[in-house]
Amino acid sequence: MTTKKPTVAVYKFSSCDGCQLSILNMEDELLNLADAIDIAYFLEATRAQKPGPYDIAIVEGSITTAHEIERIKEVRANARTVIALGTCATAGGIQALRNFADADEYAKVVYGHPEYLNYLKSATPIAEHILVDLELWGCPVNKTQVIEVIVALLNNRRPNLPAHSVCLECKRRGNTCVIVDKGIPCIGPATQAGCGAICPSMARGCYGCFGPARDVNTDSMANMLQKMERYPGETARLFRGISGYAPTFRTIVDDVLSANEEA
Amino acid sequence: MKNIEVPALARVEGEGGLYIGLENGKAVEIRLDIYEPPRFFEGFLKDRFLQEVPDITARICGICPVAYQMSAAYALENALGVKISPQARALRRLMYCGEYIESHALHIYMLQAPDLLGKESALELAAEAPEVVKTALRLKKIGNELLKAIGGRSVHPVNVCVGGFYSWPEAKALKALLPDLEWGLNAALDTVKLALTLPYPDLEIDYEFVALHHPDEYGVIEGEIWSSNGRKLSIAEYENGYIEEHVKHSNALHSHTVDGSTYLVGPLARLNLNHEQLMPNAKKALADSGIQLPLKNPYKSLIARGIELVHFYEEAIKLINEYKPTGPAHVELKLKAGEGSGATEAPRGLLYHRYKIDGNGMVQFAKITPPTAQNLPRIEADLFALTPKLISMSEAEATLTAEHLVRSYDPCISCATHFLKLKVEEK
Repeated sequence: MTTKKPTVAVYKFSSCDGCQLSILNMEDELLNLADAIDIAYFLEATRAQKPGPYDIAIVEGSITTAHEIERIKEVRANARTVIALGTCATAGGIQALRNFADADEYAKVVYGHPEYLNYLKSATPIAEHILVDLELWGCPVNKTQVIEVIVALLNNRRPNLPAHSVCLECKRRGNTCVIVDKGIPCIGPATQAGCGAICPSMARGCYGCFGPARDVNTDSMANMLQKMERYPGETARLFRGISGYAPTFRTIVDDVLSANEEA
Repeated sequence: MKNIEVPALARVEGEGGLYIGLENGKAVEIRLDIYEPPRFFEGFLKDRFLQEVPDITARICGICPVAYQMSAAYALENALGVKISPQARALRRLMYCGEYIESHALHIYMLQAPDLLGKESALELAAEAPEVVKTALRLKKIGNELLKAIGGRSVHPVNVCVGGFYSWPEAKALKALLPDLEWGLNAALDTVKLALTLPYPDLEIDYEFVALHHPDEYGVIEGEIWSSNGRKLSIAEYENGYIEEHVKHSNALHSHTVDGSTYLVGPLARLNLNHEQLMPNAKKALADSGIQLPLKNPYKSLIARGIELVHFYEEAIKLINEYKPTGPAHVELKLKAGEGSGATEAPRGLLYHRYKIDGNGMVQFAKITPPTAQNLPRIEADLFALTPKLISMSEAEATLTAEHLVRSYDPCISCATHFLKLKVEEK
């Protein structure tokens, strides 16, 4: 082969490692993938490191410290294409719940000496700090989608990712709607497809791991769910979760639900 | 000896640094610095509804989310005084089998074995011994498939709830895994044989081993917390024996016993304290290995993981053969104010949770003690013990031997590392 294999670097910021693990969990594809690309930097998998610049940087995690702001800028400067991998990288992830509270109070709850810690008051998505070429949502990401993104990049085409909500995945699986049939609050209608509707398939409501779908009817969604709450504040907690810092979900809690409260 | 600096320790989960200060050829200061940013889980769990807790705590660790779901569920069930059905309990053990299989196969072959085979990664190993790596990937995949069959996906599965499970997985889907699991049991037995041939560095430490012990089964989800020095505590009494504190160089909390000593959790502790409860094939593999217990070499945790891999493949087969779900998958919860603790054995060691909830089921207080927080002081102490051996080595070998020691613990530093820096400095 005469063409040089594209170099790929995988980075971790504030996160649980689960999205990187999704790459290592491609048990059937990993060795073929390693043939098609040059894994130049991937600490969780290898001690070997090749110097950049890289063709593709895959970034897991959100930005939660001043040091991470510096690091993410270096990642951008050192890569042709940057992919934000997973809901921490695209929306801040679960740790972005601190953005709605006082992080200093949290630090006092968890640590004996908060003065030893360095952290930012908010946890933010990668795109708030650098230009991101492609975002792949999910907590964790769906490994089939990760493969699709890499294959698309290798072939210089747009990745084929679903634009619809979890509802369509339920229809495809033949699930009866948990909202209609069982009265279980579910934010699947407002959530991007990608997981395969696993929660409704197990008789529970979707809690939004894959972030907001396009064109969500925020008012109608919030008002409907509020009527069926099983405990006070359930709707707000469903939206203020894994993808809680995503703009659409923020709107639902901060605008729609708080307006309902005042009314 | 010249300063040694490794910009990043690979093949661990998390970010940290390692500092070894030397004086006249002796270690005077050793620190495992944890740079992994704090994420404040105990902070934002406050005022969440109890049924959200297993989904939130899973996000502490992508490698062992089931452990975080299980410890949380048991703690909250204890707070409500709820007991899950025997079928749900058996399914929880089966699900834990899946997590042990994927986590141990990953650690044995992809994280630790490259150190013993002189490779940078399993991918590098694949060029030379593709069959070994293919076996490793299949061993790991079967664990992930089992998790998927029960929980919908392997990372952050969605089926565990306080009270049991949201729904029963189909027996057909589980039974379909049996041929793979049978293959896996044999491959795990071969893994133990391979593990016994690897060249482990010499290091014997007189650890205090701590693990969950259950008289009737290999301790994973319920039982007493046993220590090799004789201390036996119920799970509710855990904090009477073990204390967590915040040290300056680390974003992870460090634990010690009430007597102020370090202790070890994880596969060596479990094997040494619970070997009598192993399944028959695992027990035989241990007997055939000729290993004298207690096993005290941290590098040989790999062998303990191998024997556990056999055990969990074997237990998974047994549980699937016995799987007959009847009745509801979860008990209905009656909310009331209360406090409860839960401890289960994550693949890396004991994981303790304690929660206080109010009468509406909202969390008022949360405390989580991950296995790696308990092992960090022990890793530092091991590095002290190792330093005299490092001095006579080449720089590259010393660095690798120290890194390998840290890796052999399978530290889950997402609960605290991903940038471990080794610096040996002559003062």
